[in-house]
Amino acid sequence: MEIALVAAGVMFGVGALASIYRIVVGPSLLDRVIASDVLVVTIMCVLGAEMAVNRHTDTLPVMLALAMFGIVGSVSIARFMARQDTT
Amino acid sequence: MSAELSDALTAAFIVVSAFLCAAAGIGLLRFPDVLSRLHAATKPQILGLGLIVLDVAVSNISLGTVVFAIAILFFQGLTAPISAHMVGRAAYRGDHLRRDLIVTDELADAVQRADARDRAEASRDDRDDPRD
Repeated sequence: MEIALVAAGVMFGVGALASIYRIVVGPSLLDRVIASDVLVVTIMCVLGAEMAVNRHTDTLPVMLALAMFGIVGSVSIARFMARQDTT
Repeated sequence: MSAELSDALTAAFIVVSAFLCAAAGIGLLRFPDVLSRLHAATKPQILGLGLIVLDVAVSNISLGTVVFAIAILFFQGLTAPISAHMVGRAAYRGDHLRRDLIVTDELADAVQRADARDRAEASRDDRDDPRD
């Protein structure tokens, strides 16, 4: 159990660090949007894993709010991004 | 359910979900353009989160937890394809893709037909203008 949880923590950390690297480096705005979506999903998975290990349900509303409103940023950026914007 | 089996199931679900998150991160690092990075990034959004939510639901099962789990899965399944579709559409329209990596481009025909139709309508409107 502990070994599996440590391995899971390392893999969650690798996913989060890779998405943060992609947010910082880019190269385009859409790459950053995708990477921020991955970071949000990783945070949701970590919250849920902590709930499942410690057997409580305190942060389920946080996961529900992230699932409902994580879409807003990416959709607004993708909808109103100018065609010639390549930065 | 015995405690050992429940613990093993919890650990297995968490490890699979963490593997999906790590695979998404590595795919974000290694894939060459926006569309392939989008392919890598959408894997944990449904499957990884579904495994974690199922894990929470089976580790302390009650009516409220199951209702929350179904609501989370419903809203994530509603919003994740919308955002992926919008980002992919913006990537295609904004030329953020490498066309030499695409095997087939089925959208190009539709875009060409739409452009031709727009041009035809524009020229017809120009002809119609003096009559108005």
